[in-house]
Amino acid sequence: MKQPKIIVVGGGLAGLMATIRVAESGVPVELFSIVPVKRSHSVCAQGGINAAKNQKGEGDTTQKHFDDTIYGGDFLANQPLVKRMCEAAPGIIDLLDRMGVTFNRTPEGLLDYRRFGGTLYHRTAFAGATTGQQLLYALDEQVRRHESEGRVTKREGWTFLSAVIDDARIGRGICAMDLRSMEVKTFPADAVIFATGGIGALFGRSTNSVVCTGSAQSALLQQGVDYANGEFIQVHPTAIPGEDKLRLMSESARGEGGRVWVPQNPSDKRAPKSIPDAERFYFLEQWYPKYGNLVPRDIATRAIHRIVYQEKLGIAGQAAVYLDVTHIPRETLDRKLEGILEIYEKFLGVDPRDEPMKVFPAMHYTMGGIWVNNEDQATNVAGIYAAGECEYQYHGANRLGANSLVSCIFGGGIAGPAAVKYVKNLEKGADAVASSVFTREQNRQHGKNQALIAQDGTENPITIWKELGEIMTEHVTVTRVNKNLQVAVTQIADLRARYGKINLSDRTRWSNQTLNFARELENMLILAQVIAAGALCRNESRGAHYKPEFPDRDDANWLKTTRAKWVNNDVQLSYEPVDISQIPPRARRYDAVK
Amino acid sequence: MADTKQVIVRVKRQAGPKEPAQWEEFALPWRQSMNVIICLRDIAENPVTRGGKKTTPISYDSNCLEEVCGSCAMLINGKARMACSALVDQLEQPIRIEPMSKFPVVRDLAVDRQFMFESLKRVKAWIPIDGSYNLGEGPRMAAEVQEKAYPLSRCITCGNCLEVCPQVNEHSEFMGAAIFSQVRLFNMHPTGAMHAKERLQAVMGHGGIEDCANAQNCVKACPKEIPLTESLAEVNRQAWKQALLGWLIG
Repeated sequence: MKQPKIIVVGGGLAGLMATIRVAESGVPVELFSIVPVKRSHSVCAQGGINAAKNQKGEGDTTQKHFDDTIYGGDFLANQPLVKRMCEAAPGIIDLLDRMGVTFNRTPEGLLDYRRFGGTLYHRTAFAGATTGQQLLYALDEQVRRHESEGRVTKREGWTFLSAVIDDARIGRGICAMDLRSMEVKTFPADAVIFATGGIGALFGRSTNSVVCTGSAQSALLQQGVDYANGEFIQVHPTAIPGEDKLRLMSESARGEGGRVWVPQNPSDKRAPKSIPDAERFYFLEQWYPKYGNLVPRDIATRAIHRIVYQEKLGIAGQAAVYLDVTHIPRETLDRKLEGILEIYEKFLGVDPRDEPMKVFPAMHYTMGGIWVNNEDQATNVAGIYAAGECEYQYHGANRLGANSLVSCIFGGGIAGPAAVKYVKNLEKGADAVASSVFTREQNRQHGKNQALIAQDGTENPITIWKELGEIMTEHVTVTRVNKNLQVAVTQIADLRARYGKINLSDRTRWSNQTLNFARELENMLILAQVIAAGALCRNESRGAHYKPEFPDRDDANWLKTTRAKWVNNDVQLSYEPVDISQIPPRARRYDAVK
Repeated sequence: MADTKQVIVRVKRQAGPKEPAQWEEFALPWRQSMNVIICLRDIAENPVTRGGKKTTPISYDSNCLEEVCGSCAMLINGKARMACSALVDQLEQPIRIEPMSKFPVVRDLAVDRQFMFESLKRVKAWIPIDGSYNLGEGPRMAAEVQEKAYPLSRCITCGNCLEVCPQVNEHSEFMGAAIFSQVRLFNMHPTGAMHAKERLQAVMGHGGIEDCANAQNCVKACPKEIPLTESLAEVNRQAWKQALLGWLIG
């Protein structure tokens, strides 16, 4: 075999970490990304990154981090990798620190740590309230260095269309499209690592970036790469509603002492600051005295929905509650939270240092994703790996805040060496695969483009997408009712039928964003079916998956991983046991002492 | 629907890098909290000009929509800024939207800012760690130093500071304030400082710090309020110091 080559698809934290690790091993890497990698969605992560460094004298340990993560995830996560991640986290912080991340410091010059949801310890390292940006830049800089020294080739402005899988069902590279020339081309590789992030676009509006469509995950599913726990979707309790995007207001606002409340009288017309404490309802603090405002996200989100929809206590009858940081000294706010407060100020024209913010829950993260094994991020197709938000391993039924950055870096960090090991042991490399395998895939993808361009239909892809978002947000987020899920499944199927009649308003061959969006939309519709079907079948409540008809966790029947395949143009679900070898499941009660 | 409030938007279109540019005007229904991105999305959903002519959706770069990814920089009413944070109610109409002029147009409002990423390579904007294996904690750093470094590290590589700089033009290779500010950032870090010389050598060359003519437009255009002029002065000082030392030592 010639010199092996590895492709990484996606340049957020997981993809960049995988790239660094492969580059260090001496195997050439080709890194594909829709946007320049420095603009990847990891840049939006705000609050921080968890590691049990125990630097506040609280007796925190990696075992406690592990327990909080498993408990927070309502025992759905396989435990071995979560344990390894929590043990590796302090080393990851050290590495980022060495790379020059501008973490906030204590007066001693050590890294500062703050509190986050679902834990009672100061475990979250942070760089202001733009931690994801700072971490992404650090890895981006390291990759740029490898690139300038010839170990990494970047292909930015390319979008992944499909994997190249040979007749022995081994992944041999990818088929991608240049978003400028619209050229469709295959790229052979001995292993491919996917780090393609979130799926926010399925919900129309979310806290995610534009590129988070789940298109790559869906394309892989259609090619036989399994998808797991798709029904577990995190809705973040505090975001600013907007027509184009629901902008996140980080949990760190509460970690630094921010309080969530509504006026006791919903028709109270006074400005929030002039409502006395006694006439405010701090419902999280009252309902969850131990964790207060820092209960896990699924709990806080359901509480806000209860306040608004059942108790009818939303501010002025609207779907909004106050997130209040006005009692915190301005100097502290500027030093620790400026990045997010600035977003609120810029987009709403109100200074949250003076006036409580109005927030409401928003789709934020998928716990589910590409199925990978319990050891090294390998999917069920040889030669294909996945890391980061696009895979399902680390967060069970609900992710704890500040655990995503660590899971991305850890997952990418083990996927890289795993792929290297795999390619070094590969008897027959991609160079020995018949060229017809590559032409076949290229022709298939090129044909899809041709058909879309030529098609003369009546449906507008953006309209279909908006409708998909409405269906998913209404029926497949916070509260799930089987009758409604059934409606969602039917409606998504209708949208797919309508997709067959779409009409592109742009048929040109240069930088055609409409064509690319139409391609992504088809994949979004298919992935939406997987999520809705998974939610419909799971008759219990666990973490972010809440069914009032089945209000309790049901370990006897549902302590299992949902595994979806795409067979004969439809979802096929099966279930497999969860690895609970380390921590036996116990009831998850944030209103009582753990 | 004569009483429905409208938003009038004029967009400079260009089908490709070498195609002629032309303006198209659109009338969109006004909504609360509308930004320029929402205008472009409205046009994509219904690509018809104000005059009733069918056209194509507008190509543009965008991603995070919260002013942290740096994608959606463009000229809005002549000003270089991010489209996501450009709120319609704060803009004079008709809103004129053009691609940045200092970078090659790809199509419509999408431009190629690779020059900036290449410049980051040139100045070695990174901390040269030995490897990603475990070597323990990084160097201690005073909170005061972190508080100086952090604002610099929030640069989103949007290119607005290059767009407004008279020294960035087709006859020059001037790298622009963002890049020099990164040099300052890495030279400030305890490990980065060990390699300051390499970075300073890179900024003393062609397109380097000497070409700065102190117009000070950059600092006003920066959406992240990075003290770019301070960075330029500081890197200039470091570069001179190094040059002088070079002469003295011979």
